[in-house]
Amino acid sequence: MSVTISSHTTQTKEQSSLLTWMDKNKGKWTSWILIAIVVFYVAFLILTPITALAFGAFEKGIGEIISSLNQPDVFLAFWNTLWISLVVVTIHAIFGTLVAWVFVRHRFPGRNLINGLVDMPFAVSPVVAGYMLLLLFGRNGILAPVIEQLGIQVAFAMPGMLLATMFVTLPFMIRELIPVLEAFDTRQEKAAATLGANGWQTFWRVTFPALRWGMIYGITLTFARALGEFGAVLVIGGGVQGRTETATLFIYRALEERQYIGAYSAALVLGLFSLILVLGSDWLRRRKH
Amino acid sequence: MNLQTTITQTSNKQSRTLPWGQLGIRSLALGYLTLMLIIPLLIILQDGLRQGFVEFWRQVTLPTAWHALKLTLWTSALMTVINIMMGTLTAFVLVRYEFPGKTILNGIIDLPLAIPTLVTGVMLVILFGPQEVLGSWLKEQFDFSVIYAPPGIILALLFLTFPFVVRSVQPVLMELDLAQERAAATLGAGGWTIFRRIILPPLTLPVVTGALLSFARAIGEFGSIVIVAGNIPFLSQTAAVYVFGEVESENRLGASAVSIVMVAIAYSLLMLADYLRKRSKSSKRELT
Repeated sequence: MSVTISSHTTQTKEQSSLLTWMDKNKGKWTSWILIAIVVFYVAFLILTPITALAFGAFEKGIGEIISSLNQPDVFLAFWNTLWISLVVVTIHAIFGTLVAWVFVRHRFPGRNLINGLVDMPFAVSPVVAGYMLLLLFGRNGILAPVIEQLGIQVAFAMPGMLLATMFVTLPFMIRELIPVLEAFDTRQEKAAATLGANGWQTFWRVTFPALRWGMIYGITLTFARALGEFGAVLVIGGGVQGRTETATLFIYRALEERQYIGAYSAALVLGLFSLILVLGSDWLRRRKH
Repeated sequence: MNLQTTITQTSNKQSRTLPWGQLGIRSLALGYLTLMLIIPLLIILQDGLRQGFVEFWRQVTLPTAWHALKLTLWTSALMTVINIMMGTLTAFVLVRYEFPGKTILNGIIDLPLAIPTLVTGVMLVILFGPQEVLGSWLKEQFDFSVIYAPPGIILALLFLTFPFVVRSVQPVLMELDLAQERAAATLGAGGWTIFRRIILPPLTLPVVTGALLSFARAIGEFGSIVIVAGNIPFLSQTAAVYVFGEVESENRLGASAVSIVMVAIAYSLLMLADYLRKRSKSSKRELT
């Protein structure tokens, strides 16, 4: 390191009038101070809490973790989270692509307004999201008579939790795909059409492959968000142990009941799962490009 | 001009392909959005205002509700200010400097997006909880509580919105032309002057956009806050936690009224961010 600094100072003497502030600054202490501030901030804000979680879970050894998680209710909670997320991802993969397509390719009145609304679930509180569904499907909800007629239960049951998770994860797929579709050169589609491909063939063979990476990333983000959804699912699902409890709701209940090891280890498992998911797809994407 | 060409393009396309297919796709997409988004948002508006604006306003200004809203706003605002400074600095360091571990640091920035917010709350409680090492030490030495108090809220919000400003500023910083800074340096400007006069102006828009997103995201945060701050009225109860409590105790009007305020704040912030983004895009187009 000292070598680089000295080489810089000699350079400064040789061409001092031409040297920029940036180059002069390279070996200077200000840059190292700025780097140190950022590294410490990130370490304090992000890495320390993550490490604390690992320590908290392993406090009483791995045996305690396994015995706290090895319960039918916990398995059911994780299973609920997993299948809700999978269903939500599937629905959004289809309808999200559709919505992104319509926004990029079609022009219709109210398009800008609706385009702005798509981001709303990102900022609307999950509690409010769950509450909206409760107003629709709850006991005194507007759609309660219809639901009763059909004989299905939405509030405090799986359908409601699915809807809540769908609301909260709505923007991710659409927002990932719109820029990809906008950047896509439509001449490729026209060429395919000239060569005799019909609309469906053109989509499958030409457009879809170009969208693939955007879709994978959108799916990952949707999945990660769905796995971690808490507020909306709590309000609409009620978090009934052994029935409508998801992984996050289990963590919440375990904390309330002061089963700390159970809460910490479930949080660790859930956090790791969604970390691996996001980092994995990031890695795939980077390898591809 | 640009819009004109796209319109003619799409109308050309529509005339070539089957119009009912296009129409079907469009109505399917819009129907989906109406069901998923528009109806739920309208329901809450209708429910909160069903007894008139006076009653709505009375519910919002109830002491507990009002305090919860104020707490949400000031903690989010303080978080946003810290985020603006640290996010811009982080983006600057990542773009301009080379140092060992830079790629890892760049990767860590996105971690908060991958971690469920409830888990974030659990992490902070383990670190700063009153029974934990660090938490009890802070309490004894400085009489400073993080958990069940506003500092915990701000920490949780900082954690989960950290990527927004960084990722909004980073690409703009990368595109900045170094020649301008060189010219300024040649003309005798110091480091701080260059930063303030040359680097900062083009960064204002991405910084503001990132800040608005952080703020909008923070207003509604629930999972991490309910763990970190608990549910203590007049001390650590935020608006989202307040709404949750009112829903649980079946005070529908109160829950709906505060929800409307939160949704309105979120919507105006997002609209502002969207407007700024569009303006920056169109100004870029004019330049090129």
